[in-house]
Amino acid sequence: MKTFSHRPNDRGFYGEFGGAYIPELLHNNVEELKVAFETICHEATFNQAYTDLLKQFVGRPTPLYFAPQLSKKHHTNIFLKREDLCHTGAHKINNTIGQALLAKRMGKTTIVAETGAGQHGVATATVCALMNLNCIVFMGEKDIERQAPNVARMKLLGAEVLPASSGSKTLKDATNEALRFWINHPETYYLIGSVVGPHPYPAMVAHFQAVISEEIKVQLQAQTGNSQPTAILACVGGGSNAAGAFYHYFEAENVRLIAVEAAGEGLHSGKSAATSLLGTPGILHGSFSLVMQTNDGQVVEPHSISAGLDYHGIGPLHAHAIQSKRAETIAITDEEALEAVKTCSRLEGIIPALESAHALAALNQLNFKPEDVVVVNLSGRGDKDMNTYMNHFDL
Amino acid sequence: MKPFQFNHKAVGIFLTAFYPSKERFVDLLLDLQQQAIDFIEIGIPYSDPIADGPVIQATSEVALANGFSVSELFDLLDELQDQLQKPTVLMGYGNQVIQFGMEAFLQRCEKANIQALIFPDLPLEMLEHHIATTTHKSKVPFVHLVTPNTADERIAHIAKACTNSFVYLVGNAQTTGGSYALEAQLERYAAIKTLCGNVPVFLGFGIDSREKKALAHSVTDGVIIGSAYLQAVKNGKEQHFLASI
Repeated sequence: MKTFSHRPNDRGFYGEFGGAYIPELLHNNVEELKVAFETICHEATFNQAYTDLLKQFVGRPTPLYFAPQLSKKHHTNIFLKREDLCHTGAHKINNTIGQALLAKRMGKTTIVAETGAGQHGVATATVCALMNLNCIVFMGEKDIERQAPNVARMKLLGAEVLPASSGSKTLKDATNEALRFWINHPETYYLIGSVVGPHPYPAMVAHFQAVISEEIKVQLQAQTGNSQPTAILACVGGGSNAAGAFYHYFEAENVRLIAVEAAGEGLHSGKSAATSLLGTPGILHGSFSLVMQTNDGQVVEPHSISAGLDYHGIGPLHAHAIQSKRAETIAITDEEALEAVKTCSRLEGIIPALESAHALAALNQLNFKPEDVVVVNLSGRGDKDMNTYMNHFDL
Repeated sequence: MKPFQFNHKAVGIFLTAFYPSKERFVDLLLDLQQQAIDFIEIGIPYSDPIADGPVIQATSEVALANGFSVSELFDLLDELQDQLQKPTVLMGYGNQVIQFGMEAFLQRCEKANIQALIFPDLPLEMLEHHIATTTHKSKVPFVHLVTPNTADERIAHIAKACTNSFVYLVGNAQTTGGSYALEAQLERYAAIKTLCGNVPVFLGFGIDSREKKALAHSVTDGVIIGSAYLQAVKNGKEQHFLASI
């Protein structure tokens, strides 16, 4: 077997997936970004600034926590990578810090972003406040109603939240609106929140999230004497936290990489977001990947109780990893995820985000040996989901 | 004779397939054959049209709600073929042709006598990547977009790829239907026209009046009118609009 590569070719392709499927109107923007990413992001001064902010502002490194009760329950050794302890409550900020620094170096003064549940929007608004950048966040009209606290957080941080009222009025439409805004305002910096979009975004977001697995390697070595676990589990919507958690292990073929997708109300219920299992190859938001769509090529609405996984595409790196069998997929229903929220809260004293709970729930479908070492990327904390938990658990 | 080489300044009209209904779309398409225009661009409705402004987005949503499908459009075009004397161009998004199958799509276009194809999110490099996988070499040419901000050498490169069709000059680097001052960029349009040599250059995005049409005609080979026509269709005033333009 040829060694799997997590780096795209010069046209941005990971195997058959990736590329830059953009209107000519965005050609110059994307080229400018490509050059900036390839040069600035590899300079020592840039990396120093990025690393300093991750340490001082985000609170990195995040702990790799040996979870004794979950380990006992699953008869193996389970470590939780505590991305939930990052400032703003999730891994999303690793990427927004990196891209905002890049935007600054490119001389940009305004950032535009899309958001679904508001996590990426909040992480973007936060770094814009930190770095004195104007911030415009597109959010689906429906999501603005559903996620009022995050809308308020973004506003408090100084961002302008603009409603996406086209199409289904959710994340995909917010992304379309952000792309249109970028076309109409090429002087702005478009800050994508996941490993999706035209090249170089998937590679760039993965690059900035790679800090997760970089830390896991060092921490595992120190705690177990071996930097390579048996398996790493991470939830996948677009796939940014999974890209970060897998990054430095893609070429370590003995490490199982397990991408956990949202089955929604059931894989074949018609209300699911398990793109790698239900999607077919297609173009979405500027890249060629797996997309949930009709036979006629119209994009269909996904469903997941977790807004962060409620996306009908998947990053091209993951599409390639899954298709070439480097990564495995497991689909978890809304119910199973909620059950995992309760288990983790009661056993470990950690209330996980609904997204991360999908990765935890996957432990029930896997059989590990007592000597195995399993890392679960706990991508975010559950504060933002308390309304859902209150309703579901009747709290 | 190449279908887009006219001996006068050209006018193309864009309309969305199955908008406002399948029947009305057929009426509009047949009506346009009788009008003083030169070619027709049919938009394939898409759920996520990122290059389009609000007017065309709204027409796509209506058409999709009407149950539009790509194969039904091809069936219709086959049926109407004898009545469609003016060159017909199809415009859509890359995902639709990829889902239909590049090869199958191109074959249906040949059968329906489609004269050119526009897929704004399939830029030259990506199109070549997908065309390379087809075995049947299609005769239907692609149209590519350039904007006033496109670099000169890239314009010349794109024009070469449009030898059998035309270069679609996006009047201002923005989504469809926006308003802007054409006057400000006339010199640039003229320079682009020169860079394209013998390949026709048609200007679109934001043409909504006889004055703008005349300005565009003064430096290019023709115009494409979309949002303004569809807005008139929505208001039941397309005859009036076509007469006014």
